[in-house]
Amino acid sequence: MFITVLGALNEGFLQTLRLFAVTLIGAIPLGLMISFGSMSRFSPLRYLTKLVVWVIRGTPLMLQLIIIYYIPGRIMGASPWGSGEGGRFLASAIAFIINYACYFSEIYRGGIQGVPVGQQEAGQVLGMTKRQIFFKITLLQMVKRIVPPMSNEIITLVKDTSIARIISLQEVIWAGYAFLKGSHGYSGLIWPLFFTGVYYLLFNGVLTLFFGWLERKLDFFR
Amino acid sequence: MSILEAAHIEKHFGATRVLNDISFSLEQGQALSIIGSSGSGKTTLLRCLNFLEKPDGGSISVNGNVIFDAADPATQLEKEIRKKRLHFGLVFQNFNLFPQYTALQNVTLARELMAKESGGESRESILAAGRELLSQMGLADRAEHYPHQLSGGQQQRVAIARALAMHPDILCFDEPTSALDPELTGEVLRVIRHLAEQKTTMIIVTHEMAFARDVADQVIFMDGGVIVEQGDPHQVIDHPKEERTRQFLSHYAEN
Repeated sequence: MFITVLGALNEGFLQTLRLFAVTLIGAIPLGLMISFGSMSRFSPLRYLTKLVVWVIRGTPLMLQLIIIYYIPGRIMGASPWGSGEGGRFLASAIAFIINYACYFSEIYRGGIQGVPVGQQEAGQVLGMTKRQIFFKITLLQMVKRIVPPMSNEIITLVKDTSIARIISLQEVIWAGYAFLKGSHGYSGLIWPLFFTGVYYLLFNGVLTLFFGWLERKLDFFR
Repeated sequence: MSILEAAHIEKHFGATRVLNDISFSLEQGQALSIIGSSGSGKTTLLRCLNFLEKPDGGSISVNGNVIFDAADPATQLEKEIRKKRLHFGLVFQNFNLFPQYTALQNVTLARELMAKESGGESRESILAAGRELLSQMGLADRAEHYPHQLSGGQQQRVAIARALAMHPDILCFDEPTSALDPELTGEVLRVIRHLAEQKTTMIIVTHEMAFARDVADQVIFMDGGVIVEQGDPHQVIDHPKEERTRQFLSHYAEN
């Protein structure tokens, strides 16, 4: 029985991990582009970016997920996401990437603006290009600054993946909850849900260790 | 022909006139000290020379070539500014060393990037030159240290080596000892004095009056964005002609 439940939860957790990984892969670079937009000297782009970030950060991820999953189908007559788990995953991934990219962009912006302007000027008077200054000087100092807030966001993301359950993505909470009605010939709620918590806890433990290691790794300079 | 000729430099920040009709020239191998109270425009002047600020008026010539003329947009092309900057080196008040690089990497980074772009120097020769510069600064044994492992005086000497590594025609110092504890200023001033003896062309903005007088061939006293008095260091600092210069210097005489 225990093995059965664990097997179902494993499968659910795999979907959780997939959503987590795809969100990071998409949101980390998209966030950087959004942060450049929010710091652009071209004011229409700056205001548009700030508007988008305001809307996305100002409304619940769950609502965004519902809108992205259901509204296009209502408008176009047929859901663009395709049916089944694949379609639910695609819609979830897009909603999560957009949402997290907006949060990341604000963290990046703080990190970039936190690097003293004297660093750029020192690069400039040494004849470096803007590109060289960003990649050789600013970037690593920014990364060092954003590791603590990013680790916070990323740990939140692990738990936020459970929100995708609202469109029935078969992630780990969904898998645990399924046992309420009986699944795989077993019915019960307390223990399956308890174990979903253990999955999150263990995975976040691994992430906490990783970010601690990263912080120490970047401790060689101040 | 002067190595540097600044003519009628003007700079405004909004309605505030920070530099007003600044003209001076500098000969090869000479040192120029600029003194004056905070807010007199000294730092802005250095920043204009290094293209960190764009003057609203006037022109700057190096070796007889006009490298900036406020009235001529052809002298202000973005892509040429980078090359023009290299006529000048700048040592900042608060060092601005790159914290993630060792002392040696700080000195060699810009040269290595330049060599990567346009070929030329080998990495070995850049590193050897960097080590040589650090040892001239008395920091041979600090090459592998990161900035936060160095004292303020050592950091500033690394910053001087970093500026020298680009072989600027004119090396500018923006209050190089103002961020240092008094017991650390000596080691930085000694290095600058040594550069003066080697006939490095320099512009030094400083609050160290005795140093300004002893090291420089020429002194400028600025106040309220204008040059009040300029000339021989002993004359300007020991026997100023202008009342405002006398007033300014009297604050130093008291201590």
